[in-house]
Amino acid sequence: MTRLADAFIADRPALICFVTAGDPSVVATPAILDALVEGGADVIELGMPFTDPMADGPAIQAANIRALDGGVTTADILRIAKEFRARHPLTPLVLMGYANPMLRRGPEWFATALHDAGVDGVICVDVPPEEDDALGPALRAMGIDLIRLATPTTRDARIGAVLNGASGFVYYVSVAGITGKQQAQQASIEDAVARLKHATDLPVAVGFGVRTPEQARAIGRVADGVVVGSAIVEIVAEHGPAASAPVAAYIKTLSAALADARKVSA
Amino acid sequence: MNAPNSFRAQPDERGHFGPYGGRYVSETLMPLILDLEREYRAAKQDPAFAAQFDDLLEHYVGRPSPLYYAERLTDTLRDSAPEGMGAQVWFKRDELNHTGAHKINNCIGQILLAIRMGKTRIIAETGAGQHGVATATVCARFGLPCVIYMGAKDVERQQPNVFRMKLLGAEVRAVESGARTLKDAMNEALRDWVANVHDTFYIIGTAAGPHPYPELVRDFQSVIGREARAQLLDRTGRLPDLLVAAIGGGSNAIGLFHPFLDDTDVKMLGVEAAGEGLEAKHAASLAGGFPGVLHGNKTYLLQDDDGQIAEAHSISAGLDYPGIGPEHAWLKDSGRVDYTAVTDREALDAFQLLCRTEGIIPALEPSHAIAAVARVAKDMPQDAIILANLCGRGDKDIFTVADALGVQI
Repeated sequence: MTRLADAFIADRPALICFVTAGDPSVVATPAILDALVEGGADVIELGMPFTDPMADGPAIQAANIRALDGGVTTADILRIAKEFRARHPLTPLVLMGYANPMLRRGPEWFATALHDAGVDGVICVDVPPEEDDALGPALRAMGIDLIRLATPTTRDARIGAVLNGASGFVYYVSVAGITGKQQAQQASIEDAVARLKHATDLPVAVGFGVRTPEQARAIGRVADGVVVGSAIVEIVAEHGPAASAPVAAYIKTLSAALADARKVSA
Repeated sequence: MNAPNSFRAQPDERGHFGPYGGRYVSETLMPLILDLEREYRAAKQDPAFAAQFDDLLEHYVGRPSPLYYAERLTDTLRDSAPEGMGAQVWFKRDELNHTGAHKINNCIGQILLAIRMGKTRIIAETGAGQHGVATATVCARFGLPCVIYMGAKDVERQQPNVFRMKLLGAEVRAVESGARTLKDAMNEALRDWVANVHDTFYIIGTAAGPHPYPELVRDFQSVIGREARAQLLDRTGRLPDLLVAAIGGGSNAIGLFHPFLDDTDVKMLGVEAAGEGLEAKHAASLAGGFPGVLHGNKTYLLQDDDGQIAEAHSISAGLDYPGIGPEHAWLKDSGRVDYTAVTDREALDAFQLLCRTEGIIPALEPSHAIAAVARVAKDMPQDAIILANLCGRGDKDIFTVADALGVQI
């Protein structure tokens, strides 16, 4: 079993938490990652900043700018990941970001570097299944999961293409839009998760617009995982270098909500 | 005998021009991109679509645009050329189109596609404002609501075009993120699109973005090269020796070049914006960039060692973009087209040269092409023919030029 697979075997949904690497600074990120684990995060999504985050809303755009203004580099991100792995041998770590920073030195270089850093998976916003050759084969060769995205626009006829080559888990983007505050209707989430679970044995996690414990619990009743991003990034924006304590406190409210969200088998 | 390899057969069925192009978009957009491709294939087979496109180009845009022999410019350039040298300079006058640039050709094609697809709302990005004006124009013509994203810096330096767009009924949204120029406007347009895929069509202004945009923009703009080829053959009985066009994303250049790509004796020169110089701030992605992925396609990009996109700079807002259409990336690598770069200063000189020798005020974008023409014409014999694309008129740029020349108006 991989670390990622282990994260989904409990009888409660996994809590997947996103922060941007280097926000508010390179030196502050490790403590924020520790705060996520302390608060009860089951999977860490570490955002790789990009100058042009075109799928992100204002909160994560601003986080990208803060991180890049702070001088974060790819080498810094890999070092943050490697040190996280040393401190937390069991918590899965996934890098999330855009194709260009991932492909800059070639996909094989990237996959090898992630393997050496102990990274478990990759979510790449702008490499759809049609362009899998750009990244997928290199990651699979190094045993790194490529987590695919499904969205409200992914019709049934396309689900097979999305799942082909996917591993780790499937990330259901519940809103046709950018990251942030917009929220999907619970009924549409339940319908989409059911369709995906009918098509795959991979765990299905749901994200975009999730920010309250109540929302997380409702989604957790049908999904295998709940992704929270912008809400955490906003706490980092507000508290800066002192964000660890409020982040941990917030994550605890989410993990507590999920602890009693018994998964309903599909 | 096998058919010779053609340079005109790109892209492949997945939208790749060699290693470039492709469909690097989020999953939310992917189904829409596939729908667009299907609809474009159907439109290409539909004589009614072609008939409506051609009719609008003739009676609304004013095509064919003239092909003009620039006699005084030719003579002026010969003054500094060696004996017997100094090629004839001809211009394809796409600045005489309705709205004053080549951009309208593509907008006509794309809005007809949008209507075919049942879309009821149009968005676009713009740099200099020419594509924004052209998009606002076709939206007014077909009665569709229109939102134009424009970098806040470009809004400041292109006020006349901002006002034009508003007169035409468009909503202009100033984009404050990043360097507040064309790249950031494109990011914001993509964010709008991903949230409104159900009813919105994105009219991309250049031969870039995810497949099938580079192909369909090229096809709509190829009217430039098809006309020019026929006009020059008619007037001189021969093909040109050299084609020259400015390149930001590269739509006017690919529109001129593509119909000539298999004419092996016709050389081609694409002209990027060297800004303050290739060692300083510039917008020459081919000269100073590396392959990467941005805005839906793989192509040459100005970027750092970590793949962060660099800010481009050009005096011309329309060339101020850190990428280039993927077909140009492929044509560069294949060696079929040569690419060079021209600085702000050289473009300003060429702008004034054309004003004074021909009575034509060119846009700053084709001023880059004119500067390159001035550079190469003197090394070509007098019976050689250079055909350059005069892709836009300069009315919009007079304030920028005055400012650069230190003149108060």
